[in-house]
Order: sequence, then C-alpha cells, then structure tokens
Amino acid sequence: MFRRQILKSIGVAGLALATGISAASAQEVVKVGLILPMTGPSASTGRQIEAGARLWMAQNGTIVAGKKIELIIKDDTGAADQSKRLATELVVNDKVAFLAGFGLTPLALAVGPVASQAKVPAVIMAAGTSTIVASSPYFVRTSFTLPQNTAPMAQWSAANNIKTVVTLVSDYGPGLDSEKAFKAEFEAKGGKVLDTLRAPLMNPEFAAFLQKAKDLKPDALFLFVPSGQGASLMKQVGERELAKAGIKIIGTGDVTDDDQLNGMGDALIGMITSHNYSAAHDSPENKAYVAAFLKANNNMRPNFMSVGGFDGMAAIYKALEKTKGDTDGTKLVEAMKGLAWVSPRGPMSIDATTRDITQNVYVREVKKVDGQLYNVEFATIANVKGSN
Amino acid sequence: MLTILLDGIAYGMLLFILAVGLCVTLGLMNFINLAHGTFAMAGGYLTITLMQKAGVPFLWCLPAAFIFAAVLGLVLERTLYRHLYDKTHLDQVLFSIGLVFISIAMVDYAYGANQQIVNLPDYLTGRFSFLGASIGVYRVFVIAICGLLVVSLQLVLTMTRFGSRLRAAVDDGRVARGMGIDVTRIFAVTFAVGSGLAGLGGALGTGIISFDPTFPLKYMIYFLIVISVGGTTTITGPFLAAILLGVADVAGKYYVPAVGGFIIYTIMVVVLIVRPQGLFARAAAK
Repeated sequence: MFRRQILKSIGVAGLALATGISAASAQEVVKVGLILPMTGPSASTGRQIEAGARLWMAQNGTIVAGKKIELIIKDDTGAADQSKRLATELVVNDKVAFLAGFGLTPLALAVGPVASQAKVPAVIMAAGTSTIVASSPYFVRTSFTLPQNTAPMAQWSAANNIKTVVTLVSDYGPGLDSEKAFKAEFEAKGGKVLDTLRAPLMNPEFAAFLQKAKDLKPDALFLFVPSGQGASLMKQVGERELAKAGIKIIGTGDVTDDDQLNGMGDALIGMITSHNYSAAHDSPENKAYVAAFLKANNNMRPNFMSVGGFDGMAAIYKALEKTKGDTDGTKLVEAMKGLAWVSPRGPMSIDATTRDITQNVYVREVKKVDGQLYNVEFATIANVKGSN
Repeated sequence: MLTILLDGIAYGMLLFILAVGLCVTLGLMNFINLAHGTFAMAGGYLTITLMQKAGVPFLWCLPAAFIFAAVLGLVLERTLYRHLYDKTHLDQVLFSIGLVFISIAMVDYAYGANQQIVNLPDYLTGRFSFLGASIGVYRVFVIAICGLLVVSLQLVLTMTRFGSRLRAAVDDGRVARGMGIDVTRIFAVTFAVGSGLAGLGGALGTGIISFDPTFPLKYMIYFLIVISVGGTTTITGPFLAAILLGVADVAGKYYVPAVGGFIIYTIMVVVLIVRPQGLFARAAAK
C-alpha cells in the first residue's frame, strides 16, 4: 500500500514535470527558420538578408507578446532540393512557427508545398517572380516582384522621349516576368520593343547580345540580371560603348545593386533604373537603417535584399503581436494580411487578398555622392501592387 | 559582321589560353587534371588583388599571374600530382575534382562569393573603327597576346631540344629515361608551364569575364569541350577548336539568339559522333 503510494506520487510528479517542461518551451520560444543561400553564387543575397533580419532583432528586442524569438539559419546553397529538405527538417524537427528567406524563385517554389502541408507561414524575403505567392496560401512576401519594379521604368521611358527599346534579360522566371511587364507597359504607352533578347542565366559572355542590341539602334536598352551579376554585365556594356552610340541604358535596380554599385566604375553614372529600395532613399527611417547596418556589418552597404530580411522580421513580429503570441499558422497568416508600416524603403503594406507586397517604386539615376556611387531617387510611383 | 568575327576570335583565343595547359597535361602527360581551372582562378584572383589592393598596373599583373600560377602548379605537382601519375584515370578525376572543391572553399573564405570586378586601364578600353566595324581595343590586345603565345608554344614543341625531349618522354618514358632524359623534371616543368598559361589566361580573362569562386567549375565544361573537339595530340588542334567554338558561340548568340547558348554543345556532340578522337587529331593517336 505504502509502496504503491510512493510509486503513484513519483509517477504524478514525473508527469507534471514532463508536461510542465513541454508547455514552458512551447510557450516561451518561437522559432523562425531562415533558409538562405549563404554559400554559392547567390551568397551575397543570403548575407544581406541575414544582416537585415538580425538588425531588426537587435533594434526591436527578441521578446514579442511574451515569447522569445529564436532565429535558425540554414544554408541551401541556392539549390531547390536543399531548400525543400531544410524546410521539412525545420518544420518536423525544430517545430518552427515561421519559415522565411528564399533567395531565388525556384527555392521559394520548392518550399511552397511544405508550408501548405504543415500550415506554417512562409515569408518570402527575396524571390521576385510574381506567381510564387499564389502557389501556397501560407506565402507572404516582403521583398518585391519583377513586374512591380519594371512597369514604372516602362512608364518613365515612354514619358521621356524613348520610342524604341531592346530588352536583354536573364533567361529564367524573374527575367521573363520583367521582359513581359516592360513590353506590355511600354507598348501600351505607344513605345516599340524592337527585340527581346534572353541570355542564359549562367552566362559569362554578353558580347553577342550587346552587339545585337547596338546594331538594332534602339533609343534605350533595358537590362535585367539577378542581384550579384550586374557587375560583369555592366563591364561589357561599358566596353561596347553603347552610350556613345546614343543608346540609353535603363533597367531594374537589380543591375545597379547597392552592394556592388561602387565597384562598377564611373561608366554607370547617368544610368536610369526603377526599384523599390535605394540605400540613398531620403527618409529618417532609412538614414538610421543605413547607419546601423554599416556599423553592424563592417561597412557593407545594405541593398534591396537586406530590407527584404528586415521587413520580413517586421511582419513576423507584428503578426505575433496581433495574435497575442498564438503560433497557429493560419491565424498568423490572417494577421499578416493588411499589415502596413513605414520601412526604410518607404511606406509598405501586405495586400489583404493577394498576401503580396504593395510599396512605392522609385525611378533613380546613378550619381556620385561624396565620392561614392549611389542610386539617387528622383521620381516616386506610389503604392504599386506586387501581383493581382 | 567583322565585329562579331573579332569578338568571337578573341573569346576563342581566351578559351584556348585557359585550356592549353589542360591539353598539355592531358594529351602529353596522359593525366586528367580537372582542377585546371583552379590555376586560372589563381591567376585571375592574383590580378584582382594586385590591382585593387596594391595598385599594380595591369600589364605587370600578367607576368605576375603567370609566375604565381606556375609556381603553384610546380608545388602541387611535386607534392600531390606526381603520386597519381600511375594511378587509374578514375583516381585522377576524383583527386583533381576534390582539389577544385577545396580551392572554391578557400577563395570563398578569403574573398567572399561576390563577383570580382577589375577596371582596365584607359588605354585598353574603348573602341576604334576598322573597315567600318567597331572593334574593342582590349579584344585586339587579347588576340595579339594569345597569337604570340600559340606561335611560340608551337615553335618550342617542334623546334627545340626541350620539345623533342618532352615528346620522347611522353611517347615512351622508359626508353627516354634510358637515353638519359630526366623525365621527372621535364614533366614538372611542363606541368608548371601549363598551369602558368592557365594563370595568364585567368589574368587576361579579368577584362572580359567575371570571377567568382565557382570559376573552376563553371569553365571546366568549356575547357573540356575545347579539348574534346580539338583533340589533345597537338597544340594547333585545340587552338583551331577554340577559335571555332568562340566564333560559333558569339555568332550563334547574335544571329539566332533563341538557340545561341546551345550551339557550342551541338558542335561538340556532332564532332564526337563523327570524329571521336577530336576534329584535328590524327586518327591513330594513342
């Protein structure tokens, strides 16, 4: 009898201990699984996003709605099968409440089914093909889309005496998105696209494409290559002396990436691009952001990828505050819909129906400011939708 | 038209300089060295470092890159490669691809994964008109240097004592040794020169292509295409093959952009079907 009593009490105590621990850990820590290309050709994207996400956490603390936020960073090296495997591991083993990151379109698309099945919100901090968000009801985007960033360039060109354009894009999802958006918008405004050139994504030599563009004698050449590849393209653009032949160089801001712009040389001065973020954006929020970012990252200049990470964490924090710490995936996605705040890039919001980002897009010119090259904004197109 | 032709020739010449060292090790020494691109990358990154950090003029970087890559090649040959000369081709492939991954990780650690940019001196940039075509100064520069190298390589191999010793050592190492030829030293020197040429190609390449740590993998395919189309028994074979591929690549992308990227692969497949030993090699080559 006595022995039974002891056994029983031990059992009860053990049970209480076990449930106590699991309840405490489930309540106190909210894990965010950040899947980024930290090595490989897109490593600069991963580094910028990580730095942006960490900066948000450094500035806003790690406790939200009484819970501690923990960041788990996984390197997918830019390979889609890795992204999917890591997402599954994060969901099953680490029990993350959020997936986030995704440096390239295929990487995001690979994670979509995992997010849908596990009902875990997935915040896209980089990938820019317009269709991704529609592929899973748990996707939310804080970066940009190519059509969003491209259409304003077409409008500006049509309004500024550019009648004919040749486009040259990288031959993959975002490139084709960009080409389509430019052509549609530019021709709707009365311009003419003479040719649409597509260079292989892993292309070391642009000579033939640039020569073709030069021989077609358009008023302007529209360029898109993914972040990190602008330098080699612009080197060849400079070598071919398109500007001297009277061809204006325009493009999306991916080409004049802040991370690399300074090393590209003075040949870029005067290039017109449209984009959602410039390190030279004139606002108190951005000045504070750039200063803190430079300080925390050994003087690496923040680019548009970094604000994707920064605002991605902002969306996660705001969603948790709204659900008062509830980590149910469906409720979190609901909470993110319609969120609006002022980011270093300017005002932005998450569209309540598409879950895609709505933000200002700026037309900028490459200029020398204090001895450094910057994208200086001179026109704003307000509240451009990410996708319809 | 002339512009396209010259662009293609310059690109082909660059491919040749990058690949010729591989042709030497593969064809003459019968060693499959997939890590060849590593030496080209070494030359390229040395140029980038010297120009950006030390302000060394571009023209001085070229010989520096050659010497640096050659010394690197010599050291690796003496310490690592020579143990694999009598091993099977599979061992050689596994060893050298391992070396590629090590070099990628090292460069990634030291320089980061970003594309590196070199700004050429003013006298090498710009363009001039020739017979109505607009031609890039740097491309002509590349063609001139590579042309000189091809001629001197060919002369060294066919006209000098070293050349005949090398050919003897390759044809039958045992007999060559018996004749008093120091085969080990000849192979070491040949390997070093091949690596040095790759380094020089890398340095020249900084003006046209971009460098990131995945360079040895990205360009391995191009080296192998040049070698397989040109054959490995001569210098002129890979040279003509590289020119053919360079022109076909650039012209293909210009005239039929829709399939441009695939043209060099098509050429390779056709050549391998029709002449598996290479376009310009003797059929009875070993």
